[in-house]
Amino acid sequence: MPPQAGSTSDARRSSWNSLWRLRSYLRPYTRPLVVSWVAAVLGIAAGILTPLVGKEIIDGPVAHGDQGALLPLGLLALVLGVAEALLTFLRRWSQAAPVLGLETAIRDDLYRHLQRLPMRFHDEWQSGQLLSRATTDLSTIRRFLGFGVLFLVMNVLQLTTVIVVLLRMYWPLGLLVAGSAIPVVILSQRFEKRYIRISRQVQDEQGDLATFVEESALGIRTIKAFGRRRHVAATYDGLAGKVHRTSLAKVRLSSRFFTFLEVVPNVTLAMVLLLGALAVGGGGLTLGTLVAFTTLVLQLVWPVTSLGYILAMGQEAMTSADRVVEVLDTMPEIVGGSDTVAAPRGHLRFEGVEFRFPGAARPVLRDVWLDVRPGETVAVVGATGSGKTTLTALVPRLVDVTAGRVTVDGHDVRDLSLPSLRSVVATAFEEPTLFSMSVRENLTLGHRDATDDDVRAALEIAQATFAYDLPWGLDTRIGEQGMSLSGGQRQRLALARAVLGKPRILVLDDTLSALDVETEALVEEALRGVLADATGLVVAHRASTVLLADRVALLREGTITHIGRHTDLLSEVPEYRALLAQDAELDPEEALQ
Amino acid sequence: MSEGVAGDTWRGVAAEDKDQLSDTVSLLLRTRSRRLLGDLLRPHRRQMALLFAIIVLSSGAGLAIPYLVAAGIDDGIPPMLRDDGSGTLLVIVVAVVTAALIQALTRQAFLRLSGRIGQDILLELRRRVFDHFQKLSLSFHEKYTSGRVISRLTSDIEAIAELLASGLDGLVTAVLTLVGTAVMLLVLDAHLAVVALLPLPLLLLFTRWFRRESGITYRRTREAVALVIVHFVESMTGIRAVQAFRREPRNQEIFERLNDDYRDANMRAARIVAIFMPGIKLIGNVTVAAVLLYGGWLALHDAVTVGVLAAFLLYLRQFYEPMQEISQFYNTLQSAGAALEKLSGVLEEEPAVAEPRRPAALPYARGSVRFDGVEFSYTGGAPVIPALDLEIPAGQTVAVVGTTGAGKTTLAKLISRFYDPVAGRVLLDGVDLRDLDEAVLRRSVVMVTQENFLFTGTVADNIRFGRPEAGDEDVVAAARAIGAHDFIAALPDGYDTEVGKRGGRMSAGQRQLVAFARAFLADPAVLILDEATSSLDVPSERLVQRALRTILADRTAVIIAHRLSTVEIADRVLVMESGRVVEDGSPERLIGGSGRFARLHRAWVDSLA
Repeated sequence: MPPQAGSTSDARRSSWNSLWRLRSYLRPYTRPLVVSWVAAVLGIAAGILTPLVGKEIIDGPVAHGDQGALLPLGLLALVLGVAEALLTFLRRWSQAAPVLGLETAIRDDLYRHLQRLPMRFHDEWQSGQLLSRATTDLSTIRRFLGFGVLFLVMNVLQLTTVIVVLLRMYWPLGLLVAGSAIPVVILSQRFEKRYIRISRQVQDEQGDLATFVEESALGIRTIKAFGRRRHVAATYDGLAGKVHRTSLAKVRLSSRFFTFLEVVPNVTLAMVLLLGALAVGGGGLTLGTLVAFTTLVLQLVWPVTSLGYILAMGQEAMTSADRVVEVLDTMPEIVGGSDTVAAPRGHLRFEGVEFRFPGAARPVLRDVWLDVRPGETVAVVGATGSGKTTLTALVPRLVDVTAGRVTVDGHDVRDLSLPSLRSVVATAFEEPTLFSMSVRENLTLGHRDATDDDVRAALEIAQATFAYDLPWGLDTRIGEQGMSLSGGQRQRLALARAVLGKPRILVLDDTLSALDVETEALVEEALRGVLADATGLVVAHRASTVLLADRVALLREGTITHIGRHTDLLSEVPEYRALLAQDAELDPEEALQ
Repeated sequence: MSEGVAGDTWRGVAAEDKDQLSDTVSLLLRTRSRRLLGDLLRPHRRQMALLFAIIVLSSGAGLAIPYLVAAGIDDGIPPMLRDDGSGTLLVIVVAVVTAALIQALTRQAFLRLSGRIGQDILLELRRRVFDHFQKLSLSFHEKYTSGRVISRLTSDIEAIAELLASGLDGLVTAVLTLVGTAVMLLVLDAHLAVVALLPLPLLLLFTRWFRRESGITYRRTREAVALVIVHFVESMTGIRAVQAFRREPRNQEIFERLNDDYRDANMRAARIVAIFMPGIKLIGNVTVAAVLLYGGWLALHDAVTVGVLAAFLLYLRQFYEPMQEISQFYNTLQSAGAALEKLSGVLEEEPAVAEPRRPAALPYARGSVRFDGVEFSYTGGAPVIPALDLEIPAGQTVAVVGTTGAGKTTLAKLISRFYDPVAGRVLLDGVDLRDLDEAVLRRSVVMVTQENFLFTGTVADNIRFGRPEAGDEDVVAAARAIGAHDFIAALPDGYDTEVGKRGGRMSAGQRQLVAFARAFLADPAVLILDEATSSLDVPSERLVQRALRTILADRTAVIIAHRLSTVEIADRVLVMESGRVVEDGSPERLIGGSGRFARLHRAWVDSLA
């Protein structure tokens, strides 16, 4: 999370560090960057010289009636003006590539990193928060590194050069102008701090609002089912109202500051006029110099007023950099080892496995021992909340054990490279996640080289050949989360995805729950063939699914209490009977009828 | 096609994905955005008038300063040179300071007032769009996808916020400065003013070119960023499958391509600005040089004073600087314009399931449901339900069985009015659902699906979603009734346990129990369970079923299940096939017969150990 207020200097240092670290992304663009900086400096020079030419015209040709000198000076002003425009063009044109390249490269890296971060990270972070880092924060950084830094340097350069020129023209007035910049800089410093604080607050509140928007978009069915539109709208209103109030406070703060910024140069101008006129009267100053002076003073208005704005922008960029670096610095706890399984047999073992959420008092799993031999299928049966899903997530390392180990063919899964492990293990989840892409792409997620025959075989096993009858067959794009398909259809596609490519170890986490009885029977029949070769770990609620397995493990409060054959457990373990022998005691009369 | 060449291709959100639009269509889109803008501004008419007065005063004061400088040089200095004292000069200096102060104070007032109006408008727009999205029917959401909903409500709103925060100020100030400066130049010296203003037509043409070009690029940019966002959000929400199936490299490829497209769109935009801004500067600088030359020549011949020449140089700076700002602001305006176009498109979408103009009264729903010649098909698809007549008396529990795709879920969605029938009527207590106020309908009919979405918050919050005004004891009672109390009480903080992101801290079964408690707390006359018990384990399902007997005793229930265990508690069973009811009767009668249900039932009994 962003650094807490209070340790401002520490926070600032870390912010600088975050932003400074990102500079390496600019390295490939040294040449265009140099071009744009050189163009910027030359442009400033051209801009400052133009009023000086004006001075020469007024003091020279105009004062002395020298018509011959007017034309060359006028042409010089023209050349300078054209040069300034061309230099500005060059600066802007060459700047685009580095700046946008930086943003794009960081975003690519951020995405790559997020894909590597484990489930635990994603369980904690709303995707809205991640998104705001990948979009809003990156644009802030882009704007600052691209334009902010350049303008900051340009403005300081312009400021000092103009003040030096002014001091050399007529030092008392130059001193006055230089002095007028002091309160501006001091105040903008002070303002900047308060502005950052309030901007952060707005950012946070907007983040909350975005999170709520995300939830209400994803949960639209539930909201509609209960007709809670007004309730949800009221919550949204509350959050939006907060943003509104804080934004107003921000407006008030900046209105005071920017007003001050505008008053100072104008009062300075009045003073320059007064003292300058007096000096002209006293003969200390020429009329041309006074005109050039006033023009140059006006040239300072933008650099001075924008200084505060750019500094504020810099602070925002630092905050953003912190937020981006925070994600980039989150170490992926689950990284692959170097081992690979050359010829996987699919021997899966849980050895004294424990899993506990960080800070949780009770472990979800404890002391789990289970040996699934190659080709064997074990069903995991247990009450709601007994830890079945966590157990299955340990195999492809979506989560890691907190004690003990899980091995595949004798290798600790943590020693295997992730691609190697995850090509040995395929999982079908209870909640089938489908992506906004074609059916074919959804199926071949992990197997891009799968042939049409492979796909057909997988679809047949999962009883999902309906996919061929979709409007564009396998090329039909299925909507976000497969919304336009029924729950059963989605589950069958997810199952087809898992069996595609004949994985050595197949993990089925209650994958058949949304299927009707007839389809389920057909799927089970087909799965029997697949599981005959593969090692299987099947979470089951129903007797019919359990029958796919050679042995059954009964999970109770996070540990395996019984392992055995279905019929044995049924006759020996009352608890198992209660879980699976469905209607024995439900209502005998009706069941019998 | 009464719309002429444009047809309906631009209505609602249809034009969102296009980046090249015909002139007619972009005109229609602009009109639509403008209407929305007018709509939003209207309540602030008085404040806007005040704002205008303030800005005129402020610009007047600002414009006076160079004029006063000229007066100082021409009228203030000569008396001093003649040793006539510095009285005039002092008066002028005091006037400059006064003008500066007026400008500053009015500026502050302007910033505050415009800030307030802007924020008020933003709040109103946020509310309106959010509320409208919530009103739009499921069929819209299914097509539109949540990623786009999110980007409408975040990045698009932000684009408008930026316009309101900085753009409005920039535009008004720039336009006033432009006009004011032109007037002042003409007043000061008409000849020199003609030279100074000569490039104006060129400036306007150039700006027009810029407007066109950046209009296209900004549209493209926003579309590109929307695609980036959709892909990003989808990969992050589906990260489990992404990792389990080693999708990362391919995802990275897709993301980098989209990201590159976004960069290219941005690049084009940046290049157009890179041509425009220096272009304006070029015109400005050439004009300054021309004024110096011509003005110098005039001064040489005593046709203008040095003070006027100085004022011209000061004014010209003021004249071209805001032009640059306008183009800066134009970016903001373009993106806000594109955003407004989309938002107005969303607001234009009519809910396919619309609320009635004059809702029928239904103070107390008993819960009888009737299908009267109902026909349904998804847009452009074959009929899912060809023609259905069905009567469910109040209080009856009906189980609907059939294979996947038989139309069971569609039936449920029709009763809960997620969809409207294409022909025929669905009636609740004799009232067409289309005539019922949404609040009344949702109070009477609640559907629980397999998709048990939990919101961030505590377990209690999620149960209370069913009836927000319910007290703590009601929440606990509901949880007890469906048998969820024990597991909730065992959670670290009991009912106050945070469920985590989308209930991620709980198992699917636990989430489902919470969803059940939520539905029970809502206490509807008609309860629809669409495969709602499928993710429960047997003991939980048994608990729920035991509870259902009590819960369903005095209400109508439609239970869609592929597990026949659910059928046990039904008074009546409907077997559906291809959208038709093929068998209808009490479970006992159907099991005893020789139809499909009897076969199903036998298969199911066999499947039990």
